[in-house]
Amino acid sequence: MSKQKHDTPMLDELENGPWPSFISGIKRLRDEHGDERVNGIANDLLGQLEHSYETRKGYWKGGTVSVYGYGGGIIPRFSEVGKQFPESKEFHTLRVQPPAGNHYSTDILRQLANSWEKWGSGLVTFHGQTGNIMFIGSTTENTQHFFDEINDYGFDLGGAGPCVRTAQSCVGAARCEQSCANEQKIHRALVNNFTDDVHRPALPYKFKFKISGCPNDCMNSIERADFAVIGTWRDEIKIDHDEAKSFVETKGRQYMIDNVITRCPTQCMTLKDDDSLEIDDRNCVKCMHCLNVMTKALSPGDDRGVSVLIGGKRTLKIGDLMGTVVVPFMKLDTDEDFEHLVELSENTIEFWAENALEHERCGEMIERIGLVNFLDGIGVDVDPNMISHPRESSYVRMDGWDDEAQKWFERKQEEKRSTLTAQAG
Amino acid sequence: MALADMRRPIESGCPDGFQYMHPVMIRNFGQWKFHDHPRPGVLRHVANSGETVWTVKAGTQRILDAFTLRKLCDIGDEYADGHVRFTIRSNIEYMVDDGAKVDPLIEALEAAGFVVGGTANSVAFISHTQGWLHCDIPGTDASGVVKAMMDELIDDFKNCNMPNRVHITTSCCQINCGGQGDIAINIQHTKPPKINHDLVANVCERPAVVARCPVAAIRPAQVNGKPSLEVDEKKCICCGACYPPCPPMQINDPEHSKLAIWVGGNHSNARSKPSFQKLVAAGIPNNPPRWPEATALVKRILKAYQSDAKDWERMNEWIDRIGWPRFFELTGLPFTKYHIDNWRGSRKSLNASTYIRF
Repeated sequence: MSKQKHDTPMLDELENGPWPSFISGIKRLRDEHGDERVNGIANDLLGQLEHSYETRKGYWKGGTVSVYGYGGGIIPRFSEVGKQFPESKEFHTLRVQPPAGNHYSTDILRQLANSWEKWGSGLVTFHGQTGNIMFIGSTTENTQHFFDEINDYGFDLGGAGPCVRTAQSCVGAARCEQSCANEQKIHRALVNNFTDDVHRPALPYKFKFKISGCPNDCMNSIERADFAVIGTWRDEIKIDHDEAKSFVETKGRQYMIDNVITRCPTQCMTLKDDDSLEIDDRNCVKCMHCLNVMTKALSPGDDRGVSVLIGGKRTLKIGDLMGTVVVPFMKLDTDEDFEHLVELSENTIEFWAENALEHERCGEMIERIGLVNFLDGIGVDVDPNMISHPRESSYVRMDGWDDEAQKWFERKQEEKRSTLTAQAG
Repeated sequence: MALADMRRPIESGCPDGFQYMHPVMIRNFGQWKFHDHPRPGVLRHVANSGETVWTVKAGTQRILDAFTLRKLCDIGDEYADGHVRFTIRSNIEYMVDDGAKVDPLIEALEAAGFVVGGTANSVAFISHTQGWLHCDIPGTDASGVVKAMMDELIDDFKNCNMPNRVHITTSCCQINCGGQGDIAINIQHTKPPKINHDLVANVCERPAVVARCPVAAIRPAQVNGKPSLEVDEKKCICCGACYPPCPPMQINDPEHSKLAIWVGGNHSNARSKPSFQKLVAAGIPNNPPRWPEATALVKRILKAYQSDAKDWERMNEWIDRIGWPRFFELTGLPFTKYHIDNWRGSRKSLNASTYIRF
């Protein structure tokens, strides 16, 4: 490289120590890459980053960059100190949607690396916090070229700005025995129904889908997703009694009592005198703990489906919110079931888009208008599974009580009828 | 280029994962029977069919240069079956269908400088945000904090010596993109924004900025004859929410943007309902390039948790059992008025009982 390398005494400190160093990686691009353009970007990027370390301030500002036909998907970054570091002065990130479940072949990773070296900085993250592949560092012009190239072989941009964002799903049924759902199918059915809302930001704020195959919720969906879909089951936990006994034999009674029986949040497990295990499934809340500990002896039941929780989000603006149960259980076996789920997401986004304030997440809107108004808006009936406990304050007008009680009894009767019909059929 | 010549995007959305998935995972999709944990960094899943898949998990620098990405691919081709995936915490996972491939794969990964581990009751890789390298509003460089911290926590990543798994996160601003963690190290600003009144009118959509403030501390004002915004500094909570929509309201301060540590965030439903993280320490200097003060506190909290928590207790469950006074005693951290919440709903966080441990 002909140009003078920036001194980076502070960043050099991050090359020490046993954990892999991202600074060493950027230096490799500066020193060893065959393309001078890439060398130059890496050099000036290191220069600007060192400047940040010295002054303890960031020097990137946003702007407007997109690809032809879309309005979002790129995080524009223009340097405020571009005169000192000209070769990285335009350093946009492309957010690209990963394959559902984050599966890759080494071939496709190489293909992506080749395209990215041609048009970008050669720096990439799998994945950003929303779940996108982050291709970090491209000029406005090259952003379009890179997108055209990878879009031709099957990759598309994710969301940025007030829009439906890239979704996330766990490894699930592909490798995990605790999966109660087809996470990949749910993931794609939901987010790919909204490609227009992903690519053309026109919603009040961001909207995220996350799908976990069981209540361990490895995707953190309750805490991070506006629309969380979590696999669960409603029949009995399956017990392999021989395996359960051998677990007690190997680990000991004390371990079994301290780490399984008494850790159950509803105390629904009993270890009997003959070391056999009994579960009061009626009171099991599907927390997953006993299944996590006794992976060979216990498995989810066969009557599987999903719970849907709506309104999770992070701090800005009213504080952190978790999602709230809106659908306690629904089956996801048939095409019709999937249509029902997609329809619920459409109703949610439509109602939120019409009723939210600017920059108001779905959960914040629900907080402002109350869950009942939201349920009314999306056409979902109230259910005691939606609450931790009923209201504690008497300050509410209740002159519609008789009608509402009547609705409840009618719904219960209807449920009973359809169960009987299903059993008869 | 004329508009007519521009290539129209193919709105294909999220790609199908099956095309890249390991064949043994395709064949046994939804048909897995159980898993076990042969050693740290390795999971073994057995299907109803009897087929088995071994997963080797490795930590990387997360921000991958093309050379590192290719090296990971080379290892995947030579020692594994050419199929990988990435976890939510940016670890790479190699899947192999033959147990004999596991040890050579681990050797190859370690020889190349990657770190095998991060499974079960280890300290997992720190999930983090972008920082000074790329973000437009960062108070710190999360990537640097994480690199420096993982250097010190590497043995806890490679081994499974914790009572349960420990998820650590970092965030470079109070929006907290890093998310909830058993331990979170996040920027906490301590001074109101410094406003460049010459730029506000041209750069910021003023009503939107006013609306963005969580405590209604911003109002439109004429300053030096120019339309601008002013902040009621008595009301201001120094959160920085005004800075993204209005860059002339600079919130980042080399000295007064500090780090704070929060504990007990837990996303899982296992044993107890999901929980948000709680403030335990603040005023920690934002001290690049290696942030030693933050790392020392994280290690102190980890040590207390490791020695006092019972098997399977996550950070929040351990503290629920022993109580907050004991947590502050064991960690030696000061308890201050800032620990007592005054945000909406905060009364639920007060002790309205005589449940007191003496």
